[in-house]
Amino acid sequence: MTAEQILSASHTEPVISLRNLRVSYGEREILHGINFDVVRGETLVILGGSGSGKSTLLRTLVGLEKPSAGEIWIKGRDLAKTSAEEMDEIRTKIGMSFQGGALFGSMTVGENVALPLREHTGLEDSTIEIILRLKLQQVGLEGFEYYTPAQLSGGMKKRAAVARALAMDPEILFFDEPSAGLDPIIAAGIDELILELKRAFHMTIIVVTHELASAFLIADRMLLIDKGNIVALGTAEEMRSSTQPRVRQFLDRIAEPEVSGELDYLQMLTAERPNAHNAAGKRGK
Amino acid sequence: MEFVSQLGSSTLDSLSYLGSLASLGARAAYYTLVAPFKGKPLRLQRAVSQAMEVGVRCLPILSLITFFIGLILALQAAYELRKFGAISAVATAVAVTMSRELGPLVTAIVVIGRSGSAFAAEIGTMKVSEEIDALETMAISPIRFLVAPKFLAMMVMLPCLTIWANVMGILGGSLFGVAQADFTLARYIQASIDSLLLRDITTGLVKSVMFGITITAVGCLEGLSTGAGAEQVGRSTTQAVVKSIFLVVVVDLLFTALFFFAGN
Repeated sequence: MTAEQILSASHTEPVISLRNLRVSYGEREILHGINFDVVRGETLVILGGSGSGKSTLLRTLVGLEKPSAGEIWIKGRDLAKTSAEEMDEIRTKIGMSFQGGALFGSMTVGENVALPLREHTGLEDSTIEIILRLKLQQVGLEGFEYYTPAQLSGGMKKRAAVARALAMDPEILFFDEPSAGLDPIIAAGIDELILELKRAFHMTIIVVTHELASAFLIADRMLLIDKGNIVALGTAEEMRSSTQPRVRQFLDRIAEPEVSGELDYLQMLTAERPNAHNAAGKRGK
Repeated sequence: MEFVSQLGSSTLDSLSYLGSLASLGARAAYYTLVAPFKGKPLRLQRAVSQAMEVGVRCLPILSLITFFIGLILALQAAYELRKFGAISAVATAVAVTMSRELGPLVTAIVVIGRSGSAFAAEIGTMKVSEEIDALETMAISPIRFLVAPKFLAMMVMLPCLTIWANVMGILGGSLFGVAQADFTLARYIQASIDSLLLRDITTGLVKSVMFGITITAVGCLEGLSTGAGAEQVGRSTTQAVVKSIFLVVVVDLLFTALFFFAGN
């Protein structure tokens, strides 16, 4: 087998599979049966408005929320049924970059990036030092290891967070709103970084965002989620040419029809979830 | 009926809160006592720096407060003892009251104000900025990483602070003794030492360890259950202080009653 054949064979094997995933906070169900697969080396962008459930989906994928029903297969293990130890084992193979960076304020950038290595590997300090330098170099932050997070700009914090997520050489990398709160130039830099990781390390990357420009730039496939249901799943091209009203509305940035009266508002609140956008459409007429 | 159901539900809430405290304490104890032998070392360095913050930095304010408390106790005791011509018994009164009761209690309240609130604020801020989530996604237990060193620091430092508080209280009392009750400093100290039994000090220290556990558990639990948003951190901090003071008094009552009926 040639290298290409091996690569294309591993391409078809799903790294993440979701089967009828449901997540609830108390009585309220946020995700109503989500199904999709992500194959190795793929970049999947999860799009959706505020309150669509996209953040909950991401939190469930990294094991921060427990599903109320369904299966999440990551690397051949069902997250819904793993013990705490198994979960920790899976977590050493994934990396997560949080929206605000979530760097530990009491530690320097270097200590932040080195933390997972110090906690999970028995490596010598000198070896950790070398890995740390490499990771910071990868995200373009060489020389910043002695800075505290408070001394970094927003974009640099995100980069440092990516370096920390990369520390354990994860196979899957998750991003929560990578370009939120950044100016367009810095945001483009983060997009570049994600593309670079994909090209250089063939990493499986899941990005949650509502920035369309960034999504079209980095995505192999996109998933649009609305009110806890998948509306569309396809390549960037398929999304662009989609005629589904909800997809068009999201991509063309059309505002939700305004609520005109008390009765309408009440109706909107009490509307059945799956028909909610139909109801909104009717009200618009 | 409404009242009864409300009473029932708030009783259940309180019980479940106590349950959460106990479970947090048990998990912290696991990471302090058991996990180090399973290859998950305790963050001793962190515990030492916490102990520095909780204990050593607390000394100036604690000294001042307990010195004054000792003086107040002497004045109050003398007011009554004077009537019986037993003013020389102030030394005994101050020494016993400080080491059995006020030393541990005042120390606990000062520590709640300084450290219990700080624990809630620190962990609460980390929760709001997703740092606790980040720890979990890195397979690092927040209990082991953040809570266990605090428990260790508090359980060691609170008894130490309590002993210090007892000494400062007795010194405060001696100010009155020397000025008003014909003691010399050396005789006052000697009278205090003579009046104290070992169990007066040990019961105080046992209580102070329990206070340390209570304060840490409440501070950390409030921090960990902080909701979204910066204003929630303020709420957690206030809650930590109020609940800690209440629970410390309850624990105090329980142990005092226990020692009383056990003949200590």
